[in-house]
Amino acid sequence: MSLTGARERWVRTGGIELCVAELGDASQPTVLLVHGYPDSKEVWSEVASRLADRCGLHVVLYDVRGHGRSTAPAPLRGGFTLEKLTDDFLAVADAVSPDKPVHLVGHDWGSVQSWEFVTVKRTEGRIASFTSMSGPSLDHFGHWIKKRMARPTPRRVGQLLGQGAKSWYVYMLHTPVLPELAWRGPLGKQWPKILQRVEKVPAGDYPTPSLPSDAAHGAWLYRDNVRARLRRPRADAYAHAPVQLITPTGDIFLSERLYDELEQWTPQLVRRSLPGKHWVPRTRPDQLAAWIGDFVTAHEDGVPARDSVAKGPYAERFGGQLVLVTGAASGIGRATAFAFAEAGARIVAVDRDAEGASRTAEMARLIGSPEAWGETVDVSDETAMEKLAEKVAREYGIVDVLVNNAGIGLSGSFFETTSEDWKKVLDVNLWGVIHGCRIFGKQMSERGQGGHIVNTASAAAYQPSKALPAYSTSKAAVLMLSECLRAELAGKGIGVSAICPGFVNTNITSTARFAGVSADEEKRRQKKSSRLYGLRNYPPEKVASAILRAVVRNQAVVPVTPEARGAHFMSRFTPRTLRAIARLEPPL
Amino acid sequence: MASAVSPVKNGLDGLPAELRGFRTVQTLAYECAEAVAAQLKPGVTEREAARMQREWLRERGVRDWFHLPFAWFGDRTAFVGFRVPLQFFPTNRRLEAGMPFILDMAPVYKGYTADIGYSGCLGLNPVHNKLLADLEVHRELILREVRERRPLREIYEDVERLMIRQGYANRHRAYPFGVIAHKIDRVKERRWSPHVFGFGTQSLKGLASDALHGHRDGWSPLWSPYTFSDHPPQPGLWAVEPHLGFRGTGAKFEEILVVTDSKDPEQSAFWLDDDLPHVRRWAEEKSA
Repeated sequence: MSLTGARERWVRTGGIELCVAELGDASQPTVLLVHGYPDSKEVWSEVASRLADRCGLHVVLYDVRGHGRSTAPAPLRGGFTLEKLTDDFLAVADAVSPDKPVHLVGHDWGSVQSWEFVTVKRTEGRIASFTSMSGPSLDHFGHWIKKRMARPTPRRVGQLLGQGAKSWYVYMLHTPVLPELAWRGPLGKQWPKILQRVEKVPAGDYPTPSLPSDAAHGAWLYRDNVRARLRRPRADAYAHAPVQLITPTGDIFLSERLYDELEQWTPQLVRRSLPGKHWVPRTRPDQLAAWIGDFVTAHEDGVPARDSVAKGPYAERFGGQLVLVTGAASGIGRATAFAFAEAGARIVAVDRDAEGASRTAEMARLIGSPEAWGETVDVSDETAMEKLAEKVAREYGIVDVLVNNAGIGLSGSFFETTSEDWKKVLDVNLWGVIHGCRIFGKQMSERGQGGHIVNTASAAAYQPSKALPAYSTSKAAVLMLSECLRAELAGKGIGVSAICPGFVNTNITSTARFAGVSADEEKRRQKKSSRLYGLRNYPPEKVASAILRAVVRNQAVVPVTPEARGAHFMSRFTPRTLRAIARLEPPL
Repeated sequence: MASAVSPVKNGLDGLPAELRGFRTVQTLAYECAEAVAAQLKPGVTEREAARMQREWLRERGVRDWFHLPFAWFGDRTAFVGFRVPLQFFPTNRRLEAGMPFILDMAPVYKGYTADIGYSGCLGLNPVHNKLLADLEVHRELILREVRERRPLREIYEDVERLMIRQGYANRHRAYPFGVIAHKIDRVKERRWSPHVFGFGTQSLKGLASDALHGHRDGWSPLWSPYTFSDHPPQPGLWAVEPHLGFRGTGAKFEEILVVTDSKDPEQSAFWLDDDLPHVRRWAEEKSA
């Protein structure tokens, strides 16, 4: 998708002609997208079309001087100072939105210069909001370095060295002539392939053919500004507009630590983080468009920053994301739905129990979820799951985090477990997970913008027991399925985690089937095991926070509860002890 | 124990006058809760709120306590992180806008005891509103099952199951012995009645003697999830306090349930007073 359908115009300023493209209804709030290095405005094509079509915004992009189809200053040296870039911005803003302030969005060098725009006096009243990604203010960066040099504690030295190593290309760009030669020669030719391989940028009409000259000219962005600003950072670089900071967690050029003290410079700051590398406008356009759209609407018409942003510990990461949880009417599933809701995620609560699922959705909305829905589906029913996936994709969007949690308990010796029992437990515990991964995972993978799948296995997946042959088998299968899927989806940026809880106080015990005993005896055992689990009293909320942590850290296998961790350790180092434990009769 | 004059021992005829006494003190306590709640503003600490309750009641003639007033603010209403009973006592936690709070007091007035709990919040808090609204079914459930003469332990479990179905945690489990209710009774007025750990010694004496008698006859004045509560409701007055918790927000009510040995189900158990803030609130919501 290139910038087809864009209206083009030229803006003259200080002897430069800037190529400006516009999308969407000009009467709507204006979003101005500024590209980075070595890019042209086409880096935004995916995000821009989504902002115009889905959010109904007036989207404006321009080629920074010397890039794309804009003309370059002559001479190049001294033609790329932040002051001149600010002139360009004001000229474009005045041309496309003369009476209303614009919403600024910058990536990489576009963000660096936008920080200048948003912190200098002469643009006051022209900027309604600013969304920054992968580009710090040079002034803030200068202060960041000075602070760490002035009192170099071990941690600060580590941070300095870390960022220093990530900035290797900045040093290279300061050498004369060589970067230009490289870009116009082999590097320019190889760059698209490098982006695809290292940055996982999808192939297509980006980068544009103007890349070699963009990159050669753009080297002056660094040479004209970096040394000057880092040596003498401005002391008054305070933002006069609300700022949304989007930090890709896998950025190889910028450390997340750079933004640690950002609150002192920006009175209204909203932090977001997303798993991804440097070129998020190419790799994560859906998420960016959603966050930019929300931020723009929240700050349109001088409305003060709404309290819409959730406050939970993971709100930065999950705000606005779509999370689907199966088995969400009770226990771990419900607690997980609530934990994601607290982090501001949109929730689809799926369960056989319609009342419980809608109750979960209702409560999720109360505690911070902007939208939540309850859906009644039996996860073992493949067609029902397919229908659900279709409906979710059509009405709510593509799922960002999938939690395959639905499961049932079954206890009893192997010979007393009938094939009916086996079928039932495998249908829900294993096939439910397979359907979920296959149907929703496929949507995720086809979208190609990452995501995460969490499967609830169990400590029984690696702790054998003569009392739980069928249940343990199903959970061991889930664990291995998760590991294999993780390997397969790693290349797509989709993480897969298996959660292995131990004895958690949920109603799985009171609904569990006990094979080979009379109905009365089954009731008694359900009661007894519920009581024992109640005495153990490990709350499902703790499992839920382990699930969120696993998604944030992209952990592969997560044993929760001390006994699950202990068994996990023993399964690796003293498996014979585990086998001895497996022979014990549970006290039921 | 002469001080523990149970209404049952006097037979049904003695009830009304006695109940009037209990109802008076319960009304007084709820008036105190509403008066103090109206004075709460951002910055007030739990200790100050507890003192306000104490002073308000003392001015109106309360001299002895079943327990001294408690006040919990914010996530302390859901007893987050409570491990030892000392954490129940009021702290210097300050009230903030939107915070839920609970006032809990048990004054003794002219020899009659009441034990009440009042939940509120400062400003708007949709979660708290929802919790309060969801308490209504618990009040109905408890009364229905007590009238059915179900064992107290089973009723306790049913209440807990309902809470879990609603998505909440059972927070009365955090109380001493995990009680959802306890018996209260008349207390002899003494000139000097000290309190230990916030509980009046006279009332504790009554409770202890009940526990002793109950132990002989197979019942307990504490309504808990344990086997010693595995008996049908014992006639007398029970202060019932279901307490919901949901992710750092808690809500409860506490009021007196009268249990008699009448054969008529209507008379066998009833709430002492239906004109209480939470009941009025539910009625208003329904009519609105």
